[in-house]
Amino acid sequence: MEPCILETRSLSKEFKGFSAVADLNLRVGRGTIHALIGPNGAGKTTVFNLLTKFLTPTSGTIHFKGQDITKEKPADIATLGIIRSFQISAVFPNLSPLENVRIALQRTTGDSYRFWKSERCLRRLDARAMELLDAVGLADLSGGVTGELAYGRKRALEIATTLALEPELMLLDEPTQGMGAEDVERITALVKAASANRTVLMVEHNLKVVASLADRITVLQRGAILAEGPYAEVSQDPRVLEAYMGSAHA
Amino acid sequence: MNRLAWILLLAAGLAAPFAVYPVFMMKLLCFALFALAFNLLLGYTGLLSFGHAAFFGGAAYVTGHLVKHAGLTPELGILSGTLFAAALGWVVGSLAIRRQGIYFAMVTLALAQIVYFLALKLPFTGGEDGLQGIPRGFLFGVIDLQRHYAVAGKSLGLNLYYFVFALFCLGFWIVHRTIHSPFGQVLKAIRENEARALSLGYRVERFKLIAFVISSALAGMAGATKSIVFQLASLTDVSWHTSGEVVLMTLLGGVGTVLGPVAGAFTVVTLQSELSFVGPWITVIIGGIFVVCVLVFRRGFVGELGRILKRAL
Ligand SMILES: Nc1ncnc2c1ncn2[C@@H]1O[C@H](COP(=O)(O)OP(=O)(O)OP(=O)(O)O)[C@@H](O)[C@H]1O
Ligand SMILES: [Mg+2]
Repeated sequence: MEPCILETRSLSKEFKGFSAVADLNLRVGRGTIHALIGPNGAGKTTVFNLLTKFLTPTSGTIHFKGQDITKEKPADIATLGIIRSFQISAVFPNLSPLENVRIALQRTTGDSYRFWKSERCLRRLDARAMELLDAVGLADLSGGVTGELAYGRKRALEIATTLALEPELMLLDEPTQGMGAEDVERITALVKAASANRTVLMVEHNLKVVASLADRITVLQRGAILAEGPYAEVSQDPRVLEAYMGSAHA
Repeated sequence: MNRLAWILLLAAGLAAPFAVYPVFMMKLLCFALFALAFNLLLGYTGLLSFGHAAFFGGAAYVTGHLVKHAGLTPELGILSGTLFAAALGWVVGSLAIRRQGIYFAMVTLALAQIVYFLALKLPFTGGEDGLQGIPRGFLFGVIDLQRHYAVAGKSLGLNLYYFVFALFCLGFWIVHRTIHSPFGQVLKAIRENEARALSLGYRVERFKLIAFVISSALAGMAGATKSIVFQLASLTDVSWHTSGEVVLMTLLGGVGTVLGPVAGAFTVVTLQSELSFVGPWITVIIGGIFVVCVLVFRRGFVGELGRILKRAL
């Protein structure tokens, strides 16, 4: 396995006695696409929330590039280079798609606290924002109302926004959920292209997408790892077939 | 908004005292500034403060006291009141922004009630009577703000009016600039989707706190100016009624629009003075108008107008 960029040690999260993530030891190799799969309620989103500090772990630690990040705040996690997307599409509905991407680009400029400066100074970011929008096929919608975009387009915009920050580690929570076949293909290609110089950890229900993208797969069940390995291996595992794929193919 | 519209509005503001009773006009401007400050939070950051009277009234007392007893010139008095409101805003904001939604509103209300209690009990505020007889004084120590000019048979206090109008323009410009700044973009992002802004690496609480301080400072500037105009700082200025009124003005005019709070404040203050003959029933009437407006114009007057004209006002 590649050197590890992200590692969790005995990570656990309990909600009022209910164990959503239990003693999880996850290792994500640098430069890989790592898929986290598992039945509904397995704890995948909870893992993402723990990794990005939207939730505080009950116990265990998280390490990014060898550094213990368990105590960091969500904004610091992003500054370190871990950017997540959300299971429910997270865009800024009343800003234009261009402004959505620009908000991300703006983060690293140092202008963000300048309330005395005109927003015109942000125009220097427009060219890069358009490039990113173009990459997800949204260039001709850049000035529209984000809230009125079709669902698949919002998800694409979310990925463009995430990519704008050039994250070292990108966390995608079901990027193709609820999309038509065409959009799924577009997103798959996009994630593939985006993974060229970064690590991707993605939750994904669509096994075709997982098969074509993931270098390594972790199957989660009731908050614990059920199986782990490359797709060919995991997809033959009888426990996985029973717990997850069995139900998916039923 | 295009340049011509701005010039027309500016011209209207400059000509107003010749058409409308100047003291009334100044009251409108003070409340409009108050609503503008409030809207920076509700409209552009998504935070509902229910304690903004604490800044409005608190600054009025501080300014009044310093001008009356320490002999400060009016501009320094107003500056002091504004700084006091900013500091108070920092304290209230720090405590409130840890909470979300209705809990945020409740914390601001509770803290504002403490300020009200202090205003009632502290010796320098004049208790129930308020702080009366605040001198208008000399602007920069030279321009007499009491001076009246005879124009077309009327005696107009133009020095004071143009001073207040200049302060209003300054406040308006600060709000406008803040909204249309890189900082304002982040505020809007936080309003739209706080979790997403956080996940992109914005320290959301710090942005909220800065917005809160700017808003409370400007609310303070409005209250401080009002205390010079009316030569009075009273319990009404710090009461929760005033906190509620500014919410009403903003919603009526159009939350999240630049001109909405101004229109809302003008409407409410005008109704209050035109209908003052009906006595306590005024609250019921304004309440009724408010309910109708919220049902008919969901985005407020200016918000609906903006939708019809398809542009941000
Ligand atoms: N904030 C919370 N409070 C209480 N229980 C929670 C909370 N968040 C998640 N859970 C519970 O934890 C379990 C795991 O939820 P999670 O959202 O992580 O599942 P998931 O694997 O992402 O599922 P899905 O495929 O449906 O998205 C579920 O049983 C859920 O009800
Ligand atoms: Mg999930």
